[in-house]
Amino acid sequence: MTHVGLEHYLVVSAALFCLGLLGVVIRRNLIVMYMSLELMLNAATLALVAFSHHQPPSPHGSPLDGQIMVFFIITVAAAEVAVGLALIVALYRKRQTTDVADLTSMKL
Amino acid sequence: MEILFYIFSALTLLCGLLVVFNPFSRNPVTSAMFLVLTIICMSGLFVLLKAFFLAAVQILVYAGAVIVLFLFVIMLMNIKEEERQRFRKFGTFLGAAAVAGLAWILVTTVMNSRTGERSVANNTGETKELGELLFTNYVLPFEIVSLLLLVAMVGCILLSKTPETEEEAE
Repeated sequence: MTHVGLEHYLVVSAALFCLGLLGVVIRRNLIVMYMSLELMLNAATLALVAFSHHQPPSPHGSPLDGQIMVFFIITVAAAEVAVGLALIVALYRKRQTTDVADLTSMKL
Repeated sequence: MEILFYIFSALTLLCGLLVVFNPFSRNPVTSAMFLVLTIICMSGLFVLLKAFFLAAVQILVYAGAVIVLFLFVIMLMNIKEEERQRFRKFGTFLGAAAVAGLAWILVTTVMNSRTGERSVANNTGETKELGELLFTNYVLPFEIVSLLLLVAMVGCILLSKTPETEEEAE
């Protein structure tokens, strides 16, 4: 078995990102689309952690910078999920649907 | 260690696929459960990358808080299956083609970048070092993020509050 390096993690991250994007593009349920968005965010955090682990030693910055970034991403994602789900609940109260095909009020 | 990487990444991708396409169920609750599994497998990958603190945070925040929020909203709305099963062939094909193109670009970029030679795994994700860094170099972003959480909390309360005029109308 070959040595697992940075590019292995990056390929997994890219595949996960594409899965999330596919979910956003194809699924029509707002909540499932939102879960796919979370998948994409998780793929980005995986890439950042892998970069942080394989970073060569340098005088500029700490090797843990990537992990700090991931920490902030997780925090912001939690806030984003809370606000987004509140928006979806508010929308559901008004329209009784979570299907994006029904949300056509901005169409001409 | 290599075999663990392959197991965890295969499980992550499989569960991620089942979040998006589940051939057996169109229920959002199933998707949420597979999202939990994806996140747990990803925290296994974080452990392999020696980011122990982030692995713990991932499970606590995502599998603990975010998924509970998702499930709570799904149960609140009382969504059953997706009724609309009509398969939009053109849109699905176009979306899949675009995503396949993006995947091809990403993978070829990674393969051509030749990171293998100098990628030496060096650091350890010590929680103490992470905390020290967070309170020295990154103290301003840390405070801003706390403010963001406060704003998000106020926003959620404001958004989910029923307006008084509607209550009177009902």
